[in-house]
Amino acid sequence: MTTRIPYVIAAALAAAFLAGCSEQPQVGKFEQGKYAGKADTRPWEGGTFKGDKGAWEQAQRNRVRAQNEYKRVE
Amino acid sequence: MARMKFLCDAERCIECNGCVTACKNEHEVPWGVNRRRVVTINDGVPGERSMSVACMHCSDAPCIAVCPTNVIYQTEEGVVLHDKDGCIGCGYCFYACPFGAPQFPNGPAAFGARGKMDKCTFCAGGPEENGSQAEFDKYGRNRLAEGKLPLCAEMCSTKALLAGDATELSDIFRDRVLRRGKGVEAWGWMTAYGKDKEEAK
Repeated sequence: MTTRIPYVIAAALAAAFLAGCSEQPQVGKFEQGKYAGKADTRPWEGGTFKGDKGAWEQAQRNRVRAQNEYKRVE
Repeated sequence: MARMKFLCDAERCIECNGCVTACKNEHEVPWGVNRRRVVTINDGVPGERSMSVACMHCSDAPCIAVCPTNVIYQTEEGVVLHDKDGCIGCGYCFYACPFGAPQFPNGPAAFGARGKMDKCTFCAGGPEENGSQAEFDKYGRNRLAEGKLPLCAEMCSTKALLAGDATELSDIFRDRVLRRGKGVEAWGWMTAYGKDKEEAK
């Protein structure tokens, strides 16, 4: 029985050393060139516009045009 | 669909840094991070020009191309945003960006110690529920979802900084340039705002 112990220890050590040779994937899985984050909601999908894209676009247009001070003062 | 852009009129920018302050305050941007800054060329010399710079929301954004975790994206409106939850702070986007837009809260530090990238969101928040506290904490206020424009542009006292749909901005700028004409002054009020109607007659 006692003669087997060194063999068992040697086998266990060999298994432990060989485990270091294995290679595990180190990086996350993602598709190249494709957004891999969380999905976003669009600006009109919220409390203010409640999905009305047209209303949002009109609001934006009004705001952008208001930046032209020539139009505002004339 | 709108193609959101910034346009800075170098003839009008007076380097007041109002845009920088407005941005920092609106989004409660942490110390060390400046989503927007004013760059002046030939400072103090007659003919100096200033330009307010932030993320330019490129149509073909290099930051999106280099992000190793693919967490930078472009919305339908052309705004370049990113998901902070997936950001590993590698800094590739910073190296790729020609405008130095990506910022890191812990400044220049080793990989893993910089923190998650932060940049101008065109006041469009990020991938969280519109107007939620989580969105504000990570990305700042979502003014676009409120039907407003980025505060830096809306705050600009001389209307040097414009924001919005590229076509509309082009119309505004074209109108401005036509009125401005080509004066003898290299810079100054006349160049920036054009002549008075009565004076021009």
